[in-house]
Amino acid sequence: MGASDFSKLPHIGESIRRKEDYRFLIGAGQYTDDVVLAAQSFAIFVRSPHAHAKVISVNIEAAKAAPGVIGVFTGADVAADNINGLPCGWLITSTNGEPMREPPHPILAQGKVRYVGDGVAMVVAETLQQARDAAEMVDVDYDVLPAVVNVADAAAGAVADAGLHDIADDNHCFKWAIGDKGAVDSVFEGAAHITKLDLVNNRLIPNAIEPRTAIGSYNRGTDEYTLYVSNQNPHVERLLMTAFVMGLPEHKVRVIAPDVGGGFGSKIFLYAEDVCLTWASKKLNRNIKWVADRSESFLTDAHGRDHVSHAEMAMDANGKFLAMRVHTDANIGAYLSTFASAVPTILYATLLAGQYSTPQIYVEVDAWFTNTAPVDAYRGAGRPEATYVVERLVSRCAWEMGLAQDEIRKRNFITTFPYQTPVALLYDVGDFHTVMTQAQELGDVAGFDARRAASEAKGFRRGIGYSSYIEACGIAPSNIAGALGARAGLFECGEVRVHPTGSVTVFTGSHSHGQGHETTFAQVVAARLGIPVDNVDIVHGDTGRVPFGMGTYGSRSISVGGAALMKALDKIETKAKKIAAHLMEASAADVDFADGEFTVKGTDKKVPFAQVSLAAYVPHNYPLGELEPGLNETAFYDPVNFTFPAGTYICEVEIDPQTGVTRVDKFTAVDDFGTIINPMIVEGQVHGGLVQGIGQALMENCVYDRETGQLLTGSYMDYAMPRAEDFPQFKLGHVCTPCTHNPLGTKGCGEAGAIGSPPAVINAVLDALAPLGVKDFDMPATPHRVWQAIQNASA
Amino acid sequence: MPVQFTVNGRSASVDAPANTLLVHALRDHLHLTGTHVGCDTSQCGACTVLLDGRAIKSCAMLAVQAEGCAITTIEGLATSEGTMHPMQAAFKECHGLQCGFCTPGMVLSAVDLVERYPGASELEIRAQLDGNICRCTGYQNIVKAVQQGELAMSAA
Repeated sequence: MGASDFSKLPHIGESIRRKEDYRFLIGAGQYTDDVVLAAQSFAIFVRSPHAHAKVISVNIEAAKAAPGVIGVFTGADVAADNINGLPCGWLITSTNGEPMREPPHPILAQGKVRYVGDGVAMVVAETLQQARDAAEMVDVDYDVLPAVVNVADAAAGAVADAGLHDIADDNHCFKWAIGDKGAVDSVFEGAAHITKLDLVNNRLIPNAIEPRTAIGSYNRGTDEYTLYVSNQNPHVERLLMTAFVMGLPEHKVRVIAPDVGGGFGSKIFLYAEDVCLTWASKKLNRNIKWVADRSESFLTDAHGRDHVSHAEMAMDANGKFLAMRVHTDANIGAYLSTFASAVPTILYATLLAGQYSTPQIYVEVDAWFTNTAPVDAYRGAGRPEATYVVERLVSRCAWEMGLAQDEIRKRNFITTFPYQTPVALLYDVGDFHTVMTQAQELGDVAGFDARRAASEAKGFRRGIGYSSYIEACGIAPSNIAGALGARAGLFECGEVRVHPTGSVTVFTGSHSHGQGHETTFAQVVAARLGIPVDNVDIVHGDTGRVPFGMGTYGSRSISVGGAALMKALDKIETKAKKIAAHLMEASAADVDFADGEFTVKGTDKKVPFAQVSLAAYVPHNYPLGELEPGLNETAFYDPVNFTFPAGTYICEVEIDPQTGVTRVDKFTAVDDFGTIINPMIVEGQVHGGLVQGIGQALMENCVYDRETGQLLTGSYMDYAMPRAEDFPQFKLGHVCTPCTHNPLGTKGCGEAGAIGSPPAVINAVLDALAPLGVKDFDMPATPHRVWQAIQNASA
Repeated sequence: MPVQFTVNGRSASVDAPANTLLVHALRDHLHLTGTHVGCDTSQCGACTVLLDGRAIKSCAMLAVQAEGCAITTIEGLATSEGTMHPMQAAFKECHGLQCGFCTPGMVLSAVDLVERYPGASELEIRAQLDGNICRCTGYQNIVKAVQQGELAMSAA
């Protein structure tokens, strides 16, 4: 079935209330820490207090003798058992043809620690308190080395003797580029106007409210491991852990990611703790639980963003974009996390065309190791960084050319599709002018001048900021990604199991950790089969139950995981039609299926879906010679292209120049997500994304001490989390140009809010402060920083 | 050290070390795992329970301090037959939850909020939710749920 027919089915476009909510609301959700296994023991990790140091010795004797201690493990034990380091899932090739420098990422330190929080030892004891007490007794002798934490310092080689890795003593991981540099440079030479901008994309800490948690379990009788883990893609976790790190056969390892309390990217990755627990569960023949403290989450969850960029746009005299060039230094942290190398390259530079028909673009990226937590995908992953560069630059172009922010965008919007950008992507469809117009109407842009006058009458400044983002979701196809360095496939798998009485259990490789798949996916299946949504249950997050899966990240679930289900449903429908044809003594070619009933063209013969499913499992009147019994189909779907959600966001801020307090007064978001299955859930995704993006723009900021490498924002007392009172009600709108290449017409909606909103906010801040002489500003717009910018401009 | 209190209408006794936090007594000793732990600085509010009718952070008090108190956890809010409290129903109806981890604390804070500040404005509700962090919903639908939950509670 194709997207056009699909969107007309019953239940599609209905805001059905979520099936999963009841268990969460009555306290019956089961997160990893709620799982209690027999004779469960507890692990505590001894972590480096230094950003960079040689480990001279680790004395564990006192800890081993402490009450309740079952085992203490160090890097020496890891090496003795030949446990490998953590792999990186994407190989980037530098411009000189060399592969990226890929230093070992040990699960417990091997002679050196490279960031505050780096694991040195694991203590396992009968109780959590005993493990904590014993961990205090592990005596580590360090020889402290100079630390480098800022990417600009790393790029400048500003700190002597701060080489993190033997194979990268200058801390350079790779230099990567895309585009035609010669062509771009020659356009710049003849351009009527060039706009230049330096940008910092502030470092963020993901902060899913459920901290990372895992339980390692081993069954000696069957030689099987089970890992319960708060994770977004259990099959990928299992594949990486078995094939690359531990050398185990996959069929002996089951990974269960039960209810997961938010991910935002930070739970995609294979972390050292997961491997330590799995490995030690066999060595000790015990179940071992570890729950991260929030402090540990701050120190050791993979962080996000942290780019420093210089961007330039060449224009003609009318503000038409001719060419763009960008250089970015990306902080990759102390080690290469699972998808770290793809974020500032494939997921970033390819989005720098934005919504514009800029003919030539050249982007160069240098990635640097620093003495900080690894940096990897966080809600948007590369695309927020790209959108921040493009949309800040475009508004700056407008101001320099004396054009309105909307006008310069409209002059440069892509209007014909498919559109091949100069940075590899092929946009299949979109309607950027319509989105812009709707956003301006919904946001009452016509009334802005009056609102500004009212703000000024109160002694405040008001500004308006635009951001017209585009993103690429459902990263694909596998073979092209492989040619670009991906070390994994990018398909999805789904199984539709129709039971004899016509109810359905679906097994999907997508993983829901807040996205509402148990409802949206059930809507898809119920709509296709013409059965009630309550008759469909969705199973996910268990390698022991789901055939295979690549998990949930990059807004891929409905467009890739949902498409796999559509393929499985095609197979179900084809087989069910044959069964129905037999029951009605007709030819399968003459059988139609709609609203849960099979009919024979030109007759009044019909059988309901449940009668066909029963016949499949009680095959008495059944074509056994031609058809197997049962009604259970599995499909894999590998997309032919990315999907391209796009939108225009308009932000109005009001600033008190006396205090620098910046308040988002209005925020309008109009998105084109293609087909929308459940508008309520989609809008919820946008709300959450907006608050994370506006949070980045207004308050969130991860800070390490430049000299010591200590994390200064290591708790909710120091890292500003967005709270309810920081926001107005948002205004949302939708335009629909269905994706042209998947069977649902969907594009994905999970990250858009976080991608599109930061530049809208900062453009609004700059618009508000322009009369005070402020020309540039870096996130976050905290009161102190805004006040300081005003003071600096007037000095 | 033994401590006695009432949890969800039933008397309960816990014999735990004196330094046991109330949240751990509930989760680890009474197996009421609907109360969650999201931080270690009493900021996130995932561990919120009602203590003698007032919302408190159960990570910020010792179990022994609750001696003789009446505690309501999220497991005790629905009826014994499983029918949701009007505030729980409002959170479902308004899509006021996504991953569900902050939800028990958020719902119990909301119940306390509307009892202490009947008829609170949207801005007052936002300010009063200051002690509960949600990373998923952007708070938009939580605010709507609190308003709708209050209406349903007063109608009940």
